[in-house]
Amino acid sequence: MTRGSAGGGFSRRQLLIGGAAAAGAGAATALGAEAAWRAATGSEGSSATTVGDAVVPFHGEHQAGIETPAQAHALFVALDLHEAVDVAALRRLMRIVSDDAARLTRGEPALADSEPELALVPARLTVTFGFGSAFVARAGATASPTWLRPLPAFTVDRLQPAWSDGDLLIQLGADDPVTVAHAARMLLKDARAFGSVRWSQRGFRRAAGTEASGTTMRNLFGQVDGTVNPEPGSADFADVVWVGDGPRWLDGGTGMVLRRVAMDLDGWDRVDRPGREFAIGRRLDTGAPLTGEAERDDPDFEAVTELGFPVISEVSHLRRARSDDPRERILRRGYNYDDAPAGASVSDAGLIFVSYQADVDRQFVPIQRRLDEVDLLNQWTAPIGSAVFAIPPGCDEGGYIGETLV
Amino acid sequence: MRTMKRSLLTSALTVAAALSLAGCAGAGASATSAADSGAGSVAEASVILTDGWAKAAETGMTAVFGSLENAGSEDLVVVAVESDAAESAELHEMVGDGSGTMSMREKDGGFPIAAGDHLHLEPGGNHIMLLGLTAPLLAGDEVALEISFDDGSTIEVTVPVKDYEGANESYDGGEHGAH
Repeated sequence: MTRGSAGGGFSRRQLLIGGAAAAGAGAATALGAEAAWRAATGSEGSSATTVGDAVVPFHGEHQAGIETPAQAHALFVALDLHEAVDVAALRRLMRIVSDDAARLTRGEPALADSEPELALVPARLTVTFGFGSAFVARAGATASPTWLRPLPAFTVDRLQPAWSDGDLLIQLGADDPVTVAHAARMLLKDARAFGSVRWSQRGFRRAAGTEASGTTMRNLFGQVDGTVNPEPGSADFADVVWVGDGPRWLDGGTGMVLRRVAMDLDGWDRVDRPGREFAIGRRLDTGAPLTGEAERDDPDFEAVTELGFPVISEVSHLRRARSDDPRERILRRGYNYDDAPAGASVSDAGLIFVSYQADVDRQFVPIQRRLDEVDLLNQWTAPIGSAVFAIPPGCDEGGYIGETLV
Repeated sequence: MRTMKRSLLTSALTVAAALSLAGCAGAGASATSAADSGAGSVAEASVILTDGWAKAAETGMTAVFGSLENAGSEDLVVVAVESDAAESAELHEMVGDGSGTMSMREKDGGFPIAAGDHLHLEPGGNHIMLLGLTAPLLAGDEVALEISFDDGSTIEVTVPVKDYEGANESYDGGEHGAH
């Protein structure tokens, strides 16, 4: 949805001009301000919808940022709550950050925003809040989903506490990195009386407009990553993602798994193209299964080579990740990371693996168990961080995220 | 010139924000800032506070900001503010001493708002001062205020409390000390 579309919302220009007409004597002021704004920004007020003007509604049945097509930039921040934070404080916290998020996602400054000019480019900004098990306990909940706890240990794990767990998750996404930075700054300075930053992970995809919309992302191994996802807006999506039979406060919410997966780009460099495709079970160019022509072709696990071996190896990532049980599916919405390298290394890169599913234990864990047992890709990847959050449902105008719990 | 551009921008922003909220108010939007549209009291002023907020403080004094719009056809003057959250409230303006330092002082005669015009209350500018807080104002709390006008009308508003590092102006009034 973009501002100025029939579905609601508004553009800065419409806002100022329409508002000025309504304001009567204020009209001259508003139009003068509009002219000043254009002069100051060099904007000639193009009528074309731009990447920056696009708005994703904050309010609704579900929180935005999950069914929303992934934006180019993301920031995931986990906070540890201060000891003194009680239920009343959690309520105050969630009211403030929800109000900030509602305003910023509309492309308006938050209350007490000391850099209001930075708020004027919404660029499909979404802010999504998630609760760790400690948040839910602190809220005094009588019911908590059984899966809201650290994942079982996997042999491939090389987890570091500094990249794991957390009490409150703030997920930000936008098609502009300055928008993400400003929203994060605003939210974190409003949250710091209640908690401290435990970890912060910045991720990216292709910039908005550089690829046809709907193009599956590629990770930094060059692989098409995330082909098999439920279709946004479908009944299947709702079945996979939204909680319907959990604790009441989580109805319309979801479960989130975030794993920081380090990728050994140097090791991957030593693998030639056929070896890479063998490990994945897909072609690198099209992302098609090795038995198919197009990315979304169904893999044929029965197909064999002239020598009688499966075309798609039984230990390939594709084969191992695929379950015969249709309930064992998830929504993947990950991001690449590429941070400053340490020591002699030239890269510290990987994938911020993010998945949403109604039941983490029933849907995510079986997949991860199979990949843990054997997956050729494990030679070049290592999970170094892991966290699970309950994403509560959305809220209406005037409400706040978490109102079903606190 | 940078200063002027900035102040123009700020006023554009505030106008935009105020209008957008006013636009939403019909849909029952902002619980945090719309004027109480209660049961048709005769003395209710045609003034709307949008984007109101108060700076969090443990004790002593603090300030309230926002945008007051006079939607009526008569010019008005804000003459007084009362709140259960504080022993007293004052209307303050900022004045420069010529050296770049601003200090605040009570505004003689209150804040005029012409019909159809806005009064911006913002850090570094005009604001409502709450003196002698009766309890800590914590981020996420709400503060109720009654704002009175020269024609005897009033509005009741509720604003959220936010942490804010700015708005540390020194007070020129002497008796209350610096804050």
